[in-house]
Amino acid sequence: MPLRSKIAIIDLSNNKITKESIPEKMRRLYLGGRGIGAHLIYNHVEPKTDPLGPGNALVISAGFLTGTVAPASSRTHIGCKSPLTNGFGSSNMGGFFGPELKFAGFEHLVIKGASPKPVYLWVHDGEIEIRDASHLWGKDTFETPQIIREELGDEEIKVACIGIAGENLVKLANFRTGLKNTAGRTGTGCVAGSKKLKAIAVRGRLGLQIARPKEALEYAKRAIDQIMSTKVAKAMGIDGTSFIWNVTNTSGLLEFYNGQVNKFKDWQKLTIEAFDEKYKTGMLGCFNCTVHCSHQFRINDGPWAGTFGGGPEYNTQTALGSFGADNWETLLVGWHLANKYGIDTTGWSNDVRGTMELYQRGIINKEVTGGLDLSWENANQLIPVLLELTAKREGFGAILAEGSLGIIRALSKYSKDVEYYILHVKGLGKLGNVDRAQPSFALGIATSTRGADHLRSRPAIDHLHLPEDVLKKIYGGYVSSDFRSYDGKARMVRWHELTYAVVDCLGTCKFQTVFFSPNLPAYKEWVKYLRYNTGLEFTEEELFDIGERVYTLERMFNYREAGFTRKDDRVPERCIREPLKYGLPAIKGAHIDRDKFNKLLDEYYELHGWDKEGLPLPETLKRLELDKETSDLIKKENQ
Amino acid sequence: MQKMILVDYTKCTGCRLCETVCSVANSSVCNPDRARIKVVRWEWQGLQIPTLCQQCEEPVCMGVCPTKALSKDSTMGYVKLNQFLCIGCKLCLQTCPFGAMAYDFVKKEMMKCEFCDGDPACVKFCETKALQFVDVSDASLKKKRELGAKVLIAIGKGEEAF
Repeated sequence: MPLRSKIAIIDLSNNKITKESIPEKMRRLYLGGRGIGAHLIYNHVEPKTDPLGPGNALVISAGFLTGTVAPASSRTHIGCKSPLTNGFGSSNMGGFFGPELKFAGFEHLVIKGASPKPVYLWVHDGEIEIRDASHLWGKDTFETPQIIREELGDEEIKVACIGIAGENLVKLANFRTGLKNTAGRTGTGCVAGSKKLKAIAVRGRLGLQIARPKEALEYAKRAIDQIMSTKVAKAMGIDGTSFIWNVTNTSGLLEFYNGQVNKFKDWQKLTIEAFDEKYKTGMLGCFNCTVHCSHQFRINDGPWAGTFGGGPEYNTQTALGSFGADNWETLLVGWHLANKYGIDTTGWSNDVRGTMELYQRGIINKEVTGGLDLSWENANQLIPVLLELTAKREGFGAILAEGSLGIIRALSKYSKDVEYYILHVKGLGKLGNVDRAQPSFALGIATSTRGADHLRSRPAIDHLHLPEDVLKKIYGGYVSSDFRSYDGKARMVRWHELTYAVVDCLGTCKFQTVFFSPNLPAYKEWVKYLRYNTGLEFTEEELFDIGERVYTLERMFNYREAGFTRKDDRVPERCIREPLKYGLPAIKGAHIDRDKFNKLLDEYYELHGWDKEGLPLPETLKRLELDKETSDLIKKENQ
Repeated sequence: MQKMILVDYTKCTGCRLCETVCSVANSSVCNPDRARIKVVRWEWQGLQIPTLCQQCEEPVCMGVCPTKALSKDSTMGYVKLNQFLCIGCKLCLQTCPFGAMAYDFVKKEMMKCEFCDGDPACVKFCETKALQFVDVSDASLKKKRELGAKVLIAIGKGEEAF
C-alpha cells in the first residue's frame, strides 16, 4: 500500500541492509520522491565528502504516486552529491522501473559505502540481495538488463543500470532504464561506478493498496480526459518534445556553435518531419501514460544499419544537433552510443561545443586533442568518436570525461578565456537553447539547485503570451506577459521551482502538468490524486509549502557541500555580453542585462525568504521546519 | 449481443494502463500481476502485445473444469467463473492455449476477464483504442473494412477513398 512503501538503507561497505517505514510526519514534510530523497541525501551524505568516496549516498526514489493510477505515474528520481557540481545531484527518469520498485514494497533505496568488487542489487517483494556483478562489468546498458533477466529467469524484471562510462568514473555518466529512459544529469552513474554498483534489478508482486479504488479510477479518467483535450498532449503524442524544434529554430531560440549564433543553415535537415520519413517506427508510452511521447527509431541502411532505440527528444536535437552535425543519422547514432555507454547527452554536448570553440579560436590545437581536428565541419564524424573516447577515458576523452569544471581546470593553462567558452552554471553544462532572450529562463538556470537545467523551473508558458489576469491567477501576483520582460519573473520562476519540486515528489510526469499549458493538471488535481490513491489529505497550500521546503533543503545542501551563494547564481557570461545576432525582431539583439538581472535575483531571494547572498533566513528555516535539519546555516546562526 | 475485446496490436504503446486499471477495478489494488489483461513486452525491440481471454466458443478451460465452475454467459458470451464452485485445481490454467486463465496469488483463487459487467476498464482507459469493446459480428466487419482500406491504398485509390 502506498503508505507502507519502505526506505531501504544499503551499505555496500559491509553488506548491511536495514529497512525503515516512512512515518506520516515525513510524508507531510517531504511527500515522497525527490522530496524524501532530498531529506535522505541531506542526512546520509557525510558532510564535505568526496563525491566519489564511500561517504556519498546514492538515493533512488520513486514518487509518492508512482505506480498508482494517477496519470503518468512512472517517475523515478535519483540523487546524490554530484561529482560535477559538488552540490546537489538530482535527476529523474520515466519508464517502468519506479512502479516496479513500489510494487516490490520500496519507495527509496539509500545506497551508501562502496563495494570492493562489482555488485548489483536484486530487489524483489520486500527482499533485497546484493549479488556479484563481475560478469556484468564492461557490459553496456543494453546488454546488462538482458543478462540479469536471463540469470534470474524473469522477463518482467526492470533494471536500472550504468554503462562503461559509469564504470570508468566519467563524471557525466548516468543511470538508465529500458530503451529510452535516463536519469541523465549530474553524474549519478559516476557515483554508482565509484560504489562498484552496476545495476539495480527490481520485481514486485506486492502491488499498491489504493485508498479509494472506485474514486481513484473515476478521477484518473477525468484527469486523462483533461490532459488529452489539450493541443500539447496531441502534439506530444505525434512528435514528442521535438514538436517545438521548428518553432524555436525559425524564431531564433536555439543556439549553435556554442551559442555564437542562434541560426543554423541546415536546421531543416533535422526537423521531426525528416526524422519521421526515414527513421520513425512508432511511439511508446511510459507506465500509465496516455500521451506516449517516446519515439522509436531504426536506421535501415548505411554503416549503422540495424541501430535502433527510443527517441529523439527535443533536448537531444538541441544538444547533438547544435554544433554542425547536419544529418539525423549522426544524432541517432550519437544518442544510441550515449545511451549504450551511459553518458548525459546534454552536458556532454555542451562540453564538446565548448572545446570545439576553443579549437576554432586556436586556444587548443591537435596536440591537446590527441590529433583530432575539432573543426565544426567535422561534427558528423566527431560525435561517435568523441563519445567512445569519453566513455573509455582515452585520449582527449579523458579531459571531456571530467565535465565542464574539469575541462576548465585542464585547459585554462592555454588561455584565461577558457572559462568564458565552457558554458555552465555551478559546473553543470548548459542546454543548446537560448536563455538570454527570456529573463525567466535565465533566472531559472542561474538559480537551479542542480546547475544549468530547464527541468528545475522552466516556465515554458512564458512564451504563450497569456493574458496578465490569467498569469496573476496562477502566480498570485503581477507577472508580465511579455517573455522579454523582467517584471514579475522572479515570482514566476519561484512558483515553477516549487511546483516542479512537488511534481517530482509525486512521481508523475512534468509534461502532464503546467510545464506546457495552464490547462494541464496542477495543485487542484494533485490534491485529488493524493486523496483517492493514498488516502492522505493535503491542501494546495500544504503541497506548495512542501515544494518550498524541498527546494530550500536542496539549497542548504548546496551551501553545506559546495558553498554555493549568490556568486554561483549566475548565467554564463556570454548570455550577458553577446546580444543574439539573428531571429525574430523580439529576439534579435536580446541579451541579459547585468543590473536588471541582479535586481531580479534580489527580488527572487526576497520571495524565497533568503538573504542577499541567497541563504535561507533563520525565520524561513523555522517556518519550513527545516531548522531541525543539521545545517551549517543553523550552526552559523547559533555561533 | 455477443461481445469481444478487439485488440489492434499496431496501436498499443505499451503503457500498461490497462493492467493497472484492471487490477484496481477487479481487485481494488494497483498490481499488474493481479490484472486479467497482460501486455507482454519485448523492451529492447520496443514491441508489445496485449493478451487477454479470447472468450472461446468452445473453451478448453470449461471442458476440463471438474466442478463446472466455468460457463458461457448467455448475453455477452464471456466465459464466467463461479468462485463458489471453483476448487482452484488450475487445470484451466494448464490447458488454456492463451495463458488467459490466471491465479490470484493473494486471494488464492483463479481469475479471468469477465468484461467488468459489460464496461471493461481496460477499454475505457485505452487512449489509442488499441482495445475496443465491440459486438463480435461488427468486429469482423470492421476488420473487413480495414482490409479494404489497405487494398485501396495498395492499388493507388487511397486518396480518393480517404
